[in-house]
Amino acid sequence: MNNKYMLELAQNKKEKNKEFTLKVDQKRTIRRIKLNKVLQFIFSLSLGFALLVLIVLLYRVFKDSIGWLNLNFLTGRLSIFPHKAGIYSVIIGSVYLTLIVIPITLILGVSTAIYLEEYAAKGRLKSIINTNISNLASVPSVIFGLLGLTVFSRMLNLGSSILAGGLTLSLLVLPIVVVASQEAIKAVPNNLREASLAIGATKWTTIKNIVLPVSLPGILTGSILAISRAIGETAPLVALGVPTLILTTPSSIFDDFTALPIQIYYWTLDTVLTPEYANLAAATIVVLLTVLIVMNSAAIIIRNKFEKKL
Amino acid sequence: MNDNTKIRETIKNNISTNKHLFDKAMPIFFSVMASISIITTIGILLTLVIDASKFFAAVPLSEILSTRLAPLNANPSFGMLPLITGTIFTTIIAILVAAPIGLSAAIYLSQFATDKVRRILKPIIEVLAGIPTIVYGFFAYSFVTPLLMRLIPGLGAKNVLSAGIVMGVMIIPLITSVSEDAMNSVPTIIKEGAYGLGSTKLEVALKIVIPGAISGIVASIVLGVSRAIGETMIVTIASGSSKNFTLDITQSMQTMTGYIVEFTSGDAASGTTGYYSLYAVGLLLFIFTLGMNMIAQYIARKYREEY
Repeated sequence: MNNKYMLELAQNKKEKNKEFTLKVDQKRTIRRIKLNKVLQFIFSLSLGFALLVLIVLLYRVFKDSIGWLNLNFLTGRLSIFPHKAGIYSVIIGSVYLTLIVIPITLILGVSTAIYLEEYAAKGRLKSIINTNISNLASVPSVIFGLLGLTVFSRMLNLGSSILAGGLTLSLLVLPIVVVASQEAIKAVPNNLREASLAIGATKWTTIKNIVLPVSLPGILTGSILAISRAIGETAPLVALGVPTLILTTPSSIFDDFTALPIQIYYWTLDTVLTPEYANLAAATIVVLLTVLIVMNSAAIIIRNKFEKKL
Repeated sequence: MNDNTKIRETIKNNISTNKHLFDKAMPIFFSVMASISIITTIGILLTLVIDASKFFAAVPLSEILSTRLAPLNANPSFGMLPLITGTIFTTIIAILVAAPIGLSAAIYLSQFATDKVRRILKPIIEVLAGIPTIVYGFFAYSFVTPLLMRLIPGLGAKNVLSAGIVMGVMIIPLITSVSEDAMNSVPTIIKEGAYGLGSTKLEVALKIVIPGAISGIVASIVLGVSRAIGETMIVTIASGSSKNFTLDITQSMQTMTGYIVEFTSGDAASGTTGYYSLYAVGLLLFIFTLGMNMIAQYIARKYREEY
């Protein structure tokens, strides 16, 4: 709009010159407009680059997985022979991990958020916890691996079991759930709380019947994103010392395990010796990405569906 | 009348049904849960400091600052310089990729793109942010490295360059979203003032928006550096585990994070100096990233333009 007007101004300069006391340098104006266009194009290239990387990445992964990703691969057992290998136990490992991470992060994260937003008085303690959470969010994931290795694996003697891995991942994604839940609780209109308190409800009843139901979509969206982060996280699990090759399927949370990202890691490392492992890694990546896409779509649908309600 | 009695009844019910137990117990429960996050931080600090101190007690400082890293050698040496140069090089390359591209994307999205275009383009950045780092690692090793080998003869199968570039791609979304938020918070009224004086969009972007959002932009880059220092899987896979001290980015260098992964997944027996060295490296890493984040927060707060 603005540019169009200026171009017009420059082009019609001759006719309009008589009316304008302000002198417009035609050449300079045209140069400015051209520069604007050129740089706009250059800036847009950055997004083109991002799109290109994304397409190439997905194309490569899908192409490498063709012929390898089939029912046998999904239901078969791990094997050192590429053509026999399947990732059934790997999927089960990831499912177990998720089943541990979901309740722990939800209970810890939502409780922390409720405490900070509803109970904690504005002051020292609240700001300490808030700062602490934002700092925790920035701690590299491999450090959480060291924490898990020391506390869960060695001190609590859980070894490299599913439980140790799940607890470590829960702590890792906790800040995401806390921050998302805090935002959701903050967004609950105060008059709803006041109305509830006014008819004699206690604070806890208000939280249980008003605050939590209203903020649930926000909490759910944040939790799904946190869990999908946990599913894709590799470094802390590798740091726990998960063994390279596990041929059994885990049957309890105290068993050793392998999970989708770990298996991708080991197969990628071993492509030097067995080139076919690259295909197995690619096929596993397709499985992992599919899970993540489904979860993120669910988060987006929940967000869009409930966003308009309030 | 009917309504009034109903309300009175509700109030009576609410008061009479004794929920005092819950009302007293829940705040305590919640505060205990909230304290877990603080316990986690304390746990991380204690774990790192206790075991790292054993390392610093066993290894003289002159050895730590040397260039020879051979933890599993019969005559072990724990020079940390190879790890530090590896980390610095991958980080610099990543930022050289991520900062210009991430900032251009932010400027384009906040200044040039129409709402419709934004709605289509923004998800690209969000999807890039959602891809697990292990997938980037696979991509770096199986695609970017072979591609670069054609351009640069003598490039190692594991090298710093490819790891750094892909790590840069991974950081783009972080830089874009943080700096775009900062750019969007520059008040429209100032931008419209500039448009009213006849500025082009580019001039508004360069002379109004960027100066106004500079604290957020710098903070986004510092956060990017912090993320690059702490990133693990991409560098472990693509940059390899060479412990030689070198400044050649076409060769393999191990980063601090890569060292931790290699030794925890390997068989560093508990109680050896090699085992404690993990925690020393972890402590160093923790201090670096925490420092970067504090700097970012400080910049964002201190140099923010108040409107």
